Amino acid sequence: MEPDSIAIKGTRQGLLITLGEEPWEALVDALARRLEKGAAFFRGGRAALDVGSRSLDETRIRQVQDLLARYEVDLWAVRSTADATILATVRLGLTPLLGPEDAARRAQSRGETHPEAPTHPAGGLVVERTVRSGQRIEHPGDVIVIGDVHAGAEIIAGRHIIVWGKLHGVVHAGALGDESAVVCALDLAPTQLRIADHIARSPEERRRRPVPEMARVHKGRIEAIPWPHR
Amino acid sequence: MSARVVTVTSGKGGVGKTTVVANLGVALAMRGQRVVTIDADIGLRNLDVMLGLENRIVYDLVDVVEGRCRLRQALVRDKRLQELYLLPAAQTRDKSALRAEDMVRICDELRESFDFLLVDSPAGIEQGFRNAVAPADEVLIVTNPEVAAVRDADRVIGLIEAEGKGPARLIINRLKPELVRRGDMMDTAAVLELLAIDLIGIVPEDETVIVAANTGRPIAFTDHSPAGRAFHDIARRMLGEEVPFAPLKEPGFLERLFRWMRPEGEEQR
Repeated sequence: MEPDSIAIKGTRQGLLITLGEEPWEALVDALARRLEKGAAFFRGGRAALDVGSRSLDETRIRQVQDLLARYEVDLWAVRSTADATILATVRLGLTPLLGPEDAARRAQSRGETHPEAPTHPAGGLVVERTVRSGQRIEHPGDVIVIGDVHAGAEIIAGRHIIVWGKLHGVVHAGALGDESAVVCALDLAPTQLRIADHIARSPEERRRRPVPEMARVHKGRIEAIPWPHR
Repeated sequence: MSARVVTVTSGKGGVGKTTVVANLGVALAMRGQRVVTIDADIGLRNLDVMLGLENRIVYDLVDVVEGRCRLRQALVRDKRLQELYLLPAAQTRDKSALRAEDMVRICDELRESFDFLLVDSPAGIEQGFRNAVAPADEVLIVTNPEVAAVRDADRVIGLIEAEGKGPARLIINRLKPELVRRGDMMDTAAVLELLAIDLIGIVPEDETVIVAANTGRPIAFTDHSPAGRAFHDIARRMLGEEVPFAPLKEPGFLERLFRWMRPEGEEQR
């Protein structure tokens, strides 16, 4: 067993466990040994699993989840570029993570697959950076961006989308069908805005002075209202 | 002594990457820096032509990678500046002849003998771009003040940030002060607001740049033209000097008064 078939590092969101290319059983064994060695260190933490392009079903993800649980580590998210893995992750009620790179690759190999509605609500995803053209963020729960969303970027959320900055890209809130989802931004000027099955574009003329706004579905249409509204 | 590897890239083609590399190479070498300009655009080489060194090429980058010559043999010394070299691209091959590891290895080998390695990236975001960015310590993004170029620049900045190569710095090339003044071209502030990265230079549109490129004598050799001065300013900023951004053209007194009287929020209309 190569020592680097499994990499474990600390991130702001907890541990990140990256699995290498070895056969599955060997990886699970290696992970168990690593956990055994560092049991005291890992205990009580939470972890995300990065499996690259590997296809995993629910049983295998749960296998890792159970193994981690034995050392009191809570598996909360799985990063993968394989649709099967992402789907299984959503079914287990965990958070699928997609980096900007992964998203581009995934977009290519992407069918019309839409993840099913999660069985229990996913938490929020906080993005603390500028989201640039060509970058795509997908998350089954709320997405909060602290920064700008540039034209050419896409944000897809199962629930609300909040942008503490300029919103110029494409956003889809309530992407799993939730009409009560809203989109809020300090400067709400998206290329296209979708909530559930509704689609709207920003007015062609630019506003003189941007005001914070909230878009929601009202009487079967998307409308934007200034914030705070009376 | 270890060189800084600076990759010049843009996303969109035709915005002036090769012009920037040629002129920064000249401007840095004129300031006593030991510079290698590296053409990473395999199959579509231009840098040799702009530097006027086309007829001196014996070996190229791919020859080095494939072991047909030593790295030193492929370096072409500039005919005017002792400390300026070119590592040319292969013209008869394509990007698949080069891998990112090759670029990293070649740059590492050159690092100890030089001060700057300027890498001219191909347009696009595919393998050729990745090869050019792989060895970079710093990245300069070239854009023109037009929506399409700025959008592509944004895409590339995102990729560079994801690679951990940032923060990239921006060169706005071919700005036409006259058009900006009439409100027919994006101004610097608008580009910077869209891209949200640091600016390292503004190069005004200048016909002499094209003439210079065609004759293989980069404009930076004569720094009394506006574009030549702009390239020298960028070189000085790369060397850590504080160089103020010269106003492209002084607005007239009445114009300034008019701007000052007009409330800020009205300007969009």
